[in-house]
Amino acid sequence: MSLDEVALQEWMHRVAHGMADRRAFLRYMTGLGLSGPFLSNLLATYAPAQAQTPQPRADFAPTKRGGGGKLRLLWWQAPTILNAHLASGGKDLDASRVVCEPLAAFDPDANFVPILATDIPSLDNGGLAQDGRSVTWRLKKDVVWHDGKPFTADDVIFTWEFAADPATGATTTGSYADIDHIDKLDEHAVKVVFKEPTPFWYDAFFGHRGHILPQHLFAQYKGQEARNAPYNLKPVGTGPYKIVEFKPGDVALYEINPQYHVPNRPFFDTVELKGGGDAASAARAVLQTGEFDFAWNMQVEHQVLSGLERGGKGKVLITSGASIEHIQVNFTDPWTEVDGERSSLKKPHPFQTDPLIRQAYALAVDRRTVAEQLYGTGGQPSSNFLVAPPRFVSSNTTWEFDPKKSAALLDQAGWKRGSDGVRVKDGQRLKLVYQTSVNPIRQKTQAIVKKVFEDIGIAVELKAVNAGVYFSSDPGNPDTYSHFYTDIQMYNTGPGSPDPQAHMDRFTSWQIAQKANNWSGRNIPRWSHPEYDRLWKQAATELDAVKRTALYIAMNDMLITHNVVVPVTWRHVVSATSTKLRGMDVTAWDSNLWHLAYWYRAA
Amino acid sequence: MSRYLLRRLLISVPVLLGISVVLFSILALAPGDPFGELALNPNIPPEVRFTLRKQFGLDDPLVVRYGRWLAAMLHGDWGYSFVSRLPVQQLILQRLPTTLFVLGSAYVLALLIALPVGMLSAMKPYSFFDQVATTFAFVGYSLPTFFTGLLFILVFSIYLGWLPFIYSSTIEARGFAWVIEHLRQGAMPITVLGLFEAASLTRFVRSAMLEVIHQDYITTARAKGLTESLTILKHALRNALIPVVTIVALQIPTIFTGAVITEQIFRVPGIGSLLIAAIESTDTPVVMAITFVYAALVILFNLLADLIYGLLDPRITYS
Repeated sequence: MSLDEVALQEWMHRVAHGMADRRAFLRYMTGLGLSGPFLSNLLATYAPAQAQTPQPRADFAPTKRGGGGKLRLLWWQAPTILNAHLASGGKDLDASRVVCEPLAAFDPDANFVPILATDIPSLDNGGLAQDGRSVTWRLKKDVVWHDGKPFTADDVIFTWEFAADPATGATTTGSYADIDHIDKLDEHAVKVVFKEPTPFWYDAFFGHRGHILPQHLFAQYKGQEARNAPYNLKPVGTGPYKIVEFKPGDVALYEINPQYHVPNRPFFDTVELKGGGDAASAARAVLQTGEFDFAWNMQVEHQVLSGLERGGKGKVLITSGASIEHIQVNFTDPWTEVDGERSSLKKPHPFQTDPLIRQAYALAVDRRTVAEQLYGTGGQPSSNFLVAPPRFVSSNTTWEFDPKKSAALLDQAGWKRGSDGVRVKDGQRLKLVYQTSVNPIRQKTQAIVKKVFEDIGIAVELKAVNAGVYFSSDPGNPDTYSHFYTDIQMYNTGPGSPDPQAHMDRFTSWQIAQKANNWSGRNIPRWSHPEYDRLWKQAATELDAVKRTALYIAMNDMLITHNVVVPVTWRHVVSATSTKLRGMDVTAWDSNLWHLAYWYRAA
Repeated sequence: MSRYLLRRLLISVPVLLGISVVLFSILALAPGDPFGELALNPNIPPEVRFTLRKQFGLDDPLVVRYGRWLAAMLHGDWGYSFVSRLPVQQLILQRLPTTLFVLGSAYVLALLIALPVGMLSAMKPYSFFDQVATTFAFVGYSLPTFFTGLLFILVFSIYLGWLPFIYSSTIEARGFAWVIEHLRQGAMPITVLGLFEAASLTRFVRSAMLEVIHQDYITTARAKGLTESLTILKHALRNALIPVVTIVALQIPTIFTGAVITEQIFRVPGIGSLLIAAIESTDTPVVMAITFVYAALVILFNLLADLIYGLLDPRITYS
């Protein structure tokens, strides 16, 4: 049977409503090569509204609000500001999520869960416009702010104005830039109108970029004044807990919100979020002494963690992650200065522009050893740059560790071993400088890679830069990752939301980081290809979910076949929790505390 | 004396100014960016970072920024932290009680250990007690605080489970329970720091005492028929304490920012950890305020030490 687009949509609509045979549909689609989870997501956008209401994922045992005592959370970076729209670190987003809520959140499978909205807008319930230009949100009624005022559509509109205003300097501004205007349909409904057809509509008002701000507290604090608002240190939200005390850089204390809009939630009476110190001692506090109930982002070697787990007081929670630790290859020459900058587009790299060299690199990275020895259950080897959500993961790529093949490629490229074992060609030694940030696991990864590279005749000099400097955006500092003044470098990145649009923008030609844009471009390897540019532009306005997914998979495949990056480890989210704590549903797509109202302690 | 005092105070003003210039220049020239983390987030456009830098005046020339800071400082306005937008004074005052409690008690503990032990060591030099005390002093001085801190945590928190090892600045108990809780969680950091300080102080007290004990007037006092305790306590100790008091007065400013490593290990929210966090995130107003206060305290206590020395030792006169 041949299908055109309209017929396909009609079929999906009928399947979602139970009017056509679901099994036949699934059989046909999987025959085309689409995965099961992707298909169920696809059908979900056509499904009737009931399917979207949140079912508490864990069996929620408590039957009344409160009575759970104190919940102690330990973050090893301390929160410093409690406004998610002005914050930069995950710690601030989590600390403010206890108090504030967005319209919708992402669960561990990247499904949408309505929080302050009554349901998720979809094509079927009329929430999503057919032309992709607008979204209609219906808001929950009877929700009050912690100071008693009612939550209305005005607050949603104000949040957009606040974030989109360039004078505010909000860190969430990118998510609201595509909105043209918002119509207030009534006190509890808004229609968000985009400037262009926007397939990625699930960015604004979602997750940690979508905390709704109370309009009535910001009257004098618009634009430049935003950072002086008392709200930033004493936020007022609609969330399960109210702020009691906040000491920036140290601790935040919260108490239960008796007017929370979900009945019989939350369970705990007070919450303490303490910050500071390091990850290993935080793991100890949860797993060994039981002083704390939950610790975040355990970047600790897995042997240490499994040793601590043996005590039985706590356990390590692994959640499928979204980020990929990868090695980037510099396509420009970092050792020649042109017009006051190194790694300039005007001078290509002497040998890394040769595809055989890059292929040799990819074959010589021992991904299995790195994943097993250093990350354990917290990571696994990957052949893709785009590793999540599952529907965007390409099955067209594989990885291989074969030093002999790598050496053969180098021979083929004309690099012969010199007298000291290092390969030479036309008087140039095959020598690399390999940089990353200061981090014990990264240094060990570097050592593993260096050992194999040197065995096949590539000389490697390792460099480690303090994380605060490496990841800074200071145009004057030559050691930042965006300056990329070395041959290869390694760090971790991932899509910040379940849509890869912004993430895959990292390899487009207009994003190349150079002195002219103060190294603020996101294309660090300085690679470009007209085909990749074309694919990205097409995906940004493609409304058909199937086609769009295929475009991103094609982009990922291009990166891998051209060996622009060498993916090393797909890193998972590792947390430590007390054995009695339930209901966390940690997700890689949203804050660790997105489900805080449903957390409870089993008897 | 008053002329001396006045002269010292007048000199300290240009010294403080000079210190502030050096501090400010180093901070401004150092790498790092208060908004660096924003660069990692793909959803934050670079314009946001540049707007913020302009808003906080980070792109202005060095002299302008210094002038602005100095003018504000003279008005008593210590500025707002870049990171948390709290007034710097409030940030420091939030952390001051914890710092004074932990580090102040550690210093008091160090004195309580060092004085008797040093005294007894000097009274019976090279005896068994002295050998043991000296060994402990050297061991305590050589072991870094992060090692002894971790050792204490392993023994007292993990194996024995007696003491909590994460310092909480928000204890909710009342009355006696409040005191007990504070002592329980403060016990380890205070002991770690106190023992470290005591090690060097013990040796110093011992050598000061030894110098005094062999003087002629001590022999005279004993010959006069005074009891041993009277001789030691009234004559020897008082004279030996003069240099000790001077050293203690000079070390007191370190209570303000010292013990950064111990604060990190035990998560004590003190001013030292505030300083390090501010340096790492290039939070200039906070760093300037803390280091400036530290410099002022050092100058003040130097002056105090000189005055006390003059008061205690009648052989010294200032003009």
